[in-house]
Amino acid sequence: MNVLKIATAGSVDDGKSTLIGRLLYDTKSLTDDKLEAIEEKSKQRGFDYLDFSLATDGLVAEREQGITIDVANIYFSTRKKSFIIADTPGHIEYTRNMVTGASTAQASIVLIDARNGVVEQTYRHFFINNLLRIKDVVIAINKMDLVDFSEEKYNIIKGEIEYLASKSEYKNQNLTFIPLSALQGDNVVSTSENMPWYKGETLLHHLERLDAEDVQEKTQTRFPVQTVIRPKTQDFHDFRGYAGKIYGGDLEIGDEVSVLPSQTKSKVKSIHFFNEEFARAKSGSSVTITLEDNVNVSRGDMLVKVAEEPKITKQLNATICWMDKEPLQASQKYYIKHGVNDAQAKITQLNTIIKTDFSGKIENPSALELNQIGDIQLKLSKPLLVDAYNQNKSNGSFILINPKTNNTVGVGFIR
Amino acid sequence: MNQRTIQVDALESEAIFIFREVVAQFEKPVLLFSGGKDSITLVRLAQKAFYPAKIPFPLMHIDTGHNFPETIEFRDRLTKELGVELIVRNVQDNIDNGTVKEETGRYASRNMLQTETLLDAIEEFGFDACIGGARRDEEKARAKERIFSVRDDFGQWDEKNQRPEVFDMLNGKIDLGQNVRVFPISNWTELDVWSYIKKENIEIPSIYFAHKRKTFLRDGLIWSADDDVVFRDEEEEVVERMVRFRTVGDMSCTAAVLSHAVDITKVVEEIRDSSISERGARIDDKRSEAAMEKRKQQGYF
Repeated sequence: MNVLKIATAGSVDDGKSTLIGRLLYDTKSLTDDKLEAIEEKSKQRGFDYLDFSLATDGLVAEREQGITIDVANIYFSTRKKSFIIADTPGHIEYTRNMVTGASTAQASIVLIDARNGVVEQTYRHFFINNLLRIKDVVIAINKMDLVDFSEEKYNIIKGEIEYLASKSEYKNQNLTFIPLSALQGDNVVSTSENMPWYKGETLLHHLERLDAEDVQEKTQTRFPVQTVIRPKTQDFHDFRGYAGKIYGGDLEIGDEVSVLPSQTKSKVKSIHFFNEEFARAKSGSSVTITLEDNVNVSRGDMLVKVAEEPKITKQLNATICWMDKEPLQASQKYYIKHGVNDAQAKITQLNTIIKTDFSGKIENPSALELNQIGDIQLKLSKPLLVDAYNQNKSNGSFILINPKTNNTVGVGFIR
Repeated sequence: MNQRTIQVDALESEAIFIFREVVAQFEKPVLLFSGGKDSITLVRLAQKAFYPAKIPFPLMHIDTGHNFPETIEFRDRLTKELGVELIVRNVQDNIDNGTVKEETGRYASRNMLQTETLLDAIEEFGFDACIGGARRDEEKARAKERIFSVRDDFGQWDEKNQRPEVFDMLNGKIDLGQNVRVFPISNWTELDVWSYIKKENIEIPSIYFAHKRKTFLRDGLIWSADDDVVFRDEEEEVVERMVRFRTVGDMSCTAAVLSHAVDITKVVEEIRDSSISERGARIDDKRSEAAMEKRKQQGYF
């Protein structure tokens, strides 16, 4: 049951919901009752086509305003693969939702309206994909039917995006350009007869070919301990297992590990998954591990391979996307959650606001507003075990929580 | 000592991760257990998350009094085998003490009434996290539900003010009086659940498999006529049909589907080829386009 998670982003009326509806329809993922509901609603509204966006815009407010305001997860599968699409809003005021949707995605689709070409929001979507280091990005040039399926239009847009990519810091990104019409179905699931000049794959074929494991970057092994398992039963009297999920690399019996932050050394004695034992566990497995030595390990500690230690630090430099109405200001205090570890954090400096259209930075701002992205420095109440985000996504990211409201107010990427 | 490598199942790993976060972040979690396939799957995942220790929280069933007898029998046997505490709270009690009013008429159901009983039980025991088997593929409003979903004292879901969930970090910080609904199988589809039940060889109540049952037709749906729970007009003809149930909610709002799937392999095949969505047989969703969203705002599970 391995799935490919895809984020989508597009500007208002780029036809994102229509594209997703089209994917569902053409892969026969819409069941009869859902399809009937869409047909009925489309007729009610006087459309002479099926309004596929009705399949995804789940909340009442969205249906009333005809826009997507939250991240919706859509599930469909073909015979080859299962997909989860995070459908995120296109408006500028929903940058935080785009970041949220993209944070768990292994691939991303950026929609562009062929009539309008690259617009301000395209820059932002592209920027977010770079910031989050999404390995595989599809540039879906939609509404080709409204520009007479013009190859010239397609090439202009492609050129502009390639120019943007050349300015980006993240060089390992795979960009795939697909001209399509979501409304009419060209190049979504079936190859378009209207664009013989396009020799590439359809959107679905491309997505089917992506492997969730391949598009993830291989990194050093990180095993943050979530909880300690001590059954204290007769059969497992002395059992002391460390439960957690493995990130980055593999773990094997006999591996020499360092327990952080104490830096005590030990060896992996056994790897448990439910009532079975295994010799080896790969990245992504939620397992329980025991060690050769009786060392003191508790929640928030981390097991890593010896000589692969992350940084142990009480100070962080990070890029942050602000997600709260109350702006971030220097000298404010928050809770920081880094993986399964918590600490208190004080913003010691707000250095810059980064413009998401690649046009530069604003130095020494007084505040970072909702949906803005900036560089900050933090001081922590206790040392955290961190990697840079460009080295290790899971161990290089954190969230900030407002202690008064308990809300998640920002997501950080450690530099 | 074997030389095997664990095969990573991303959805299973994610669910186990979530269970462990619940136990680490909350003081009094509870697993809401309906006896349906989703909550049975949750129980297996919880076992896996904490093995060789026992599941470190109780199971709670909000009993509408309209459950399929097979479900209740199954529930009692499972909890006994696991050695976990089972809490049962009855909707009938809320009807008797007048805090809710029984619906009447053709579509009368106790499904909505569960909310009040659930909120009472949360308060009675002081639960701060209620783990449930809701999935995002079930329904449009559920597609936007968070994995950790914060509810206020009235159990209300504020859908426009949800906490962003980035990467796999789960923010379980709440104030006194608030509680969190937790959905470890958010990202599973109906087919994922069935495939997992098959792979893990998990026992489920017999009503999920095709069996002969006295039924009648209404609005294109097949209703059980075996009991007094579903209101039936005199002229609605009772016919014995080969059916199974795809969900085992309250009997009064759960219709059967025609089926010959007598075992798990056949059920998985049937779901794979199905052209009706799972909740298509749930009359409670058909009340209006926004039925689920409205129920959730009021504290429904």
